[in-house]
Amino acid sequence: MRKKMSKKPESPRISYFNQTAMTAPYLFWAVAFIIIPLLMILYYGLTDKSGAFTLVNVAAIATAEHAKALWLALGLSLVSTVLCLLLAYPLALILARRQVSQQSFLVLIFILPMWMNFLLRTMAWQTLLEKTGVINAVLSFLHLPALNLINTPGAIILGMVYNFLPFMILPLYNSLTKIDPSVVNAAYDLGANGTQTFCRVIFPLSIPGVISGITMVFVPALTTFVISNLLGGSKILLIGNVIDQEFTQAGNWHLGSGLSIVLMAFILVNMVLTGIFDKNGEGTAL
Amino acid sequence: MKRKTVWKKLVGLTAACCLLTGLLTGCGASDAGSAAGDNGEVIVYNWGEYIDPDTLEMFESETGIRVIYDEFETNEIMYPKVEAGASQYDVICPSDYMIQKMIDNDLLQELDFDNLPNAKANIGAQYWEQSEQFDPGNRYSVPYCWGTVGILYNKTMVDEPVDSWSILWNEKYADNILMQDSVRDAFMVALKLNGCSMNSMDPDELAAARDLLIEQKPLVQAYVIDQVRDKMIGNEAALGVIYSGEAIYTQRENPDLEYVIPKEGTNVWIDSWVIPKNAPNPENAEKFIDFMCRPDIALLNFEYITYSTPNDAARELIEDEDIRNSSIAFPDLSQYENLETFTYLGEEGDGLYNEMWKEVKSR
Repeated sequence: MRKKMSKKPESPRISYFNQTAMTAPYLFWAVAFIIIPLLMILYYGLTDKSGAFTLVNVAAIATAEHAKALWLALGLSLVSTVLCLLLAYPLALILARRQVSQQSFLVLIFILPMWMNFLLRTMAWQTLLEKTGVINAVLSFLHLPALNLINTPGAIILGMVYNFLPFMILPLYNSLTKIDPSVVNAAYDLGANGTQTFCRVIFPLSIPGVISGITMVFVPALTTFVISNLLGGSKILLIGNVIDQEFTQAGNWHLGSGLSIVLMAFILVNMVLTGIFDKNGEGTAL
Repeated sequence: MKRKTVWKKLVGLTAACCLLTGLLTGCGASDAGSAAGDNGEVIVYNWGEYIDPDTLEMFESETGIRVIYDEFETNEIMYPKVEAGASQYDVICPSDYMIQKMIDNDLLQELDFDNLPNAKANIGAQYWEQSEQFDPGNRYSVPYCWGTVGILYNKTMVDEPVDSWSILWNEKYADNILMQDSVRDAFMVALKLNGCSMNSMDPDELAAARDLLIEQKPLVQAYVIDQVRDKMIGNEAALGVIYSGEAIYTQRENPDLEYVIPKEGTNVWIDSWVIPKNAPNPENAEKFIDFMCRPDIALLNFEYITYSTPNDAARELIEDEDIRNSSIAFPDLSQYENLETFTYLGEEGDGLYNEMWKEVKSR
């Protein structure tokens, strides 16, 4: 029997016209879902109910309640980011030193929980931490005193670290695998010990990953309102909760947008810092 | 010539297909009386888990009107959507004070009660009277559910008799108290305890209520809304502020729970059907509302959601005598004092309450 020759598909040449046509969906996306919403927030944030220009909504961050919520959010997200970094760095190092075949499997294990809905995972923590929850049930079975875990700042930090840890591991792992092993070997050849090699070779080379990991954890942690609601029992008001309440409960979109602008300023500062340290965008690619 | 026959065949085939589908759909329609969608549609906007889904199917098969069903979580989330006109609804089920706000802002249309015979016949007089507080003349709304707000407590965890809001300030129950995470409900508790109206606009009274809530905050385990139900069933707290409709359900799940209306008075609320001004199918909306007022349908809904029904004819049909005369579902309101219904306080009032609530929450 004669073998049928399968026709090789011609490699498509993308003309200039096609190129612009292919970017059109992205352009549409960016305009409709990024630029217009941003402009709307700016409009609402800088106007009052009658539509006149005002800075009152932005200046409202200075009131005692809002400032406290902002500082609390900054504090909690900073602690969570540091914890994430401390937990993720050794893990990423271990991952990067594994054989390639093991690496992908281990990385998968850390990404796997992210396939489940974030809200569900946070609610699962609720059942774990509750007074009559799983952890306290185990403690009482062992005749140990019950712990007051839920509705505390600690529970919120736990929720943040748990939810955002993969966002720290992946950029770190990414930048660590990129380090040429011969550079590390050279350091050892030249007489550096393990600590010196880490401090002067490995860590400086992984800085882009560290920076983008920090951004990817700090920004969502700073703006979260779900974690603080579910694990903080709505007793701890973060800036994200204030904004959420202005939109959904108080119906004051102007104030909500004004506070969002302030929050965006903090995020922008973070982005600028990232840009300075991570010029090649090495760490950001997952 | 050949081409023509092909064309002819095609026409024949298409015609046959049309006939066949026509027949099939015809059959389908005659089976169900009239297929849903034949007589247009009705877009319903209701609270979450606030209707027996079977009643929607019954409405569809009986009237041939397709129901498009959407849910909201709070009055405050519902209002801007309707006000902006971004999505059009035919029937909405807001609460008392929100209905007043919608009437004030000219968002509702008057109902033609000639088209609502079941509503006229079956809804008890006392509920129409109560509706007058937010809908003078009963022109815009038909009551769907009502109830009180009270304290749900666990008999195994609370020693003393519970009859006052003040128990929520008892340090013995620190970290065992669940409060409502909504402005008006939380302030209602504090205002009532202080002997004030829960519709107070007096800055001094509100400041006193705010201070009371701040004082209470260290004792509160969590501010929650729907979760009061599950946490109380799970023995997670001793005392919780809850809507009476949830109380019956929680008692079924956990017999240790008991519901009381505190002696200082409370909120008696009504959720009613209304038709917004921009409703695309107002006739179908009236048919829907009237259908929901039919005794058998109201009974199905009561049994499913366990919120008290204002439908007297439906109440008569409840077989379980304990439920029919339940003091939770159908309390004799005459034995309580200082019962009130929320009224809309205007933008200024909303702002005042929200500001004070934020001061409580940020503490």
